[in-house]
Amino acid sequence: MNILYFLIQQMMLFMIPLLITALGGMFSERSGIVNIALEGIMCMGAFISILFLHFTEAIIPGNTRLILACLIAVTTGIIFSIFHAIASINLRADQTISGTALNMFAPAFAIFVARVIQGTQQVNFANDFLIVEVPFLSKIPLIGDMFFKNAYITTYIGILILIISSIVLYKTRFGLRLRACGEHPQAADAAGINVHKMQYLGVIISGALGGLGGLVFVVPTSTNFNATVAGYGFLALAVLIFGQWKPKYIFLASLFFGFMKAISSSYSGIPILMDLKIPNYIYKMIPYIATLVVLIFTSKNSSAPRASGIPFDKGKR
Amino acid sequence: MKKNIDIVPLLSSLLAIVAGLVIGFIILFICNSDKALLGFATILTGPVTHGLKGVGQVLYYATPLILCGVSVGFAFRTGLFNIGGSGQFLMGAFGAVCVGLTCDFLGPFQWVVALLVALILGGICGGITGVLKAYFNVNEVITSIMLNYITLYLVNMVIKGNKLLFNSLRNESRDIPKLANIPKLGLDKIFVGSSVNSGILIAILVAVIIYIILEKTTFGYELKACGFNKNASKYAGINENKSIVYSMIIAGAICGLAGGIILLSGTGRHIEVKDVIVSEGFNGISVALLGLSNPIAIIFSGLFIAYLTAGGFYLQLFQFSKEIIDIIIAIIIYFSAFSLLVKDIIDRIKQKKLKS
Repeated sequence: MNILYFLIQQMMLFMIPLLITALGGMFSERSGIVNIALEGIMCMGAFISILFLHFTEAIIPGNTRLILACLIAVTTGIIFSIFHAIASINLRADQTISGTALNMFAPAFAIFVARVIQGTQQVNFANDFLIVEVPFLSKIPLIGDMFFKNAYITTYIGILILIISSIVLYKTRFGLRLRACGEHPQAADAAGINVHKMQYLGVIISGALGGLGGLVFVVPTSTNFNATVAGYGFLALAVLIFGQWKPKYIFLASLFFGFMKAISSSYSGIPILMDLKIPNYIYKMIPYIATLVVLIFTSKNSSAPRASGIPFDKGKR
Repeated sequence: MKKNIDIVPLLSSLLAIVAGLVIGFIILFICNSDKALLGFATILTGPVTHGLKGVGQVLYYATPLILCGVSVGFAFRTGLFNIGGSGQFLMGAFGAVCVGLTCDFLGPFQWVVALLVALILGGICGGITGVLKAYFNVNEVITSIMLNYITLYLVNMVIKGNKLLFNSLRNESRDIPKLANIPKLGLDKIFVGSSVNSGILIAILVAVIIYIILEKTTFGYELKACGFNKNASKYAGINENKSIVYSMIIAGAICGLAGGIILLSGTGRHIEVKDVIVSEGFNGISVALLGLSNPIAIIFSGLFIAYLTAGGFYLQLFQFSKEIIDIIIAIIIYFSAFSLLVKDIIDRIKQKKLKS
């Protein structure tokens, strides 16, 4: 049983940043803007917020500091994503251009600024955010052990974001309008929706969640930030497509990814898997191969937002 | 009027370059105002002031940039986004390492075979993406990203598990013997002290061939047509699925070739057994975007970015980190998205002239 608890706790660490970032990407793509800049946005959000963690180490205690850092990551993500919005929405440029530019800019900026500020590119921070036991909730049998022990506050934020995202996308007027812009912006425009505003909001939300995702990726697994989020932004993009641009499937896709990653990183502690003597690399490959196999069987009826990636042109039919 | 439209892409690229350099200078100035001017001059002239060695170094850096750029640009033109260049590059590198380390019986043809294997492995890697896209409707972006990781772990596993290939002391692939390296063709005599070899000639040749395929052949026309409109091409009698597969095989093969060439350059580059995706494929995207996906223009954008990269290397003499180059390139690419704005401004100036 302890192994299972450990696996689930590990899974959460891998899964939550993917979930948050992919949900961010969903808002952007659902409004019709492809956001391949997620990697860069994550990197930027992580960098600025961890810089904050680094400098406030002695001033603000534990989880208060983490929550403030989350807010900073969100703000950074928003500001950074606005560059993507200007190029793709106002200037109607190819959406891969600014995405690529942002992806390239963020890690270079992080290294450059870190070197200027402190001489080295690695930003260290004290990791004192682990919640060993959540009061009361950890006492619940089974669930308490799985979800409320050795957890980070960011895990719960991630789940909260999932719930809010589903509600916003499907149960609010804003969600309906956003989806309309991604499917047929001209029709949405004719119905009196301000398409540019919707797309801006979509990109901004993706920036906010992407920045947060970056911080959430770094905090639980490390005590330093080295100007990279290890391709998690691209993985989030894959999770988004795997999840068919829908919150509940994105949740399942990130769950799947998180679980496979957890197995590959901790299989040596699981006697049954250890006995199989399969090389470590196979476990590392499995999540990606499995994703491809699943996609082969499910992609025939892909439900990508129809206008995603196409600049909105009012005069077009 | 028509003449204006032709100027716009070039003009906006030039403006983007100027904007990138100016912002780069401002950043240098903010960091260290004393050395900013000197540092900036190094970026612009660094490679040249180091004579022919510097120029040779630029050509060496440009080789993978041009090839990966052509690969991504070619895929762009056929309506596909090849974000999997890194995986294809790695497969190519892996093929070259295998042949380079184990097949010395091939004698003088060893490097040719090694490059062919690199080409084929890269092509297979791209081909998988194409097949999944064409016949199973799997988005090529996701397949490419998945393949980047799958190839990474696969190559690491094989290399680490094979004593012939693995240098356990340095945790990377073994040195490829000098005889298996691609010939220098006297380029090392012209550019003394630099790492340049005939790879740059291969890269330029590939770019020209791809240009001819795209612009002058029916095959290329069909590939482009599928990129514009899959359904219309099908209606016109083009096998659209095959076209997608061919496009991705070609794109993958070019990246694979890049990997092979770099590993066979004898410059101390190895396949490192680390869980980190190589950056070449992503750099290819930048080069392709800056070159507006035109293979001939990509030769120049590749050379340009290589020039800046080489300059960034010399910049470290002034205690600036070389990442400023990446920042500048990112800004240049970003501003190349402003071509519509440039066009508007040109049109407005033209209208004003007409009125007065």
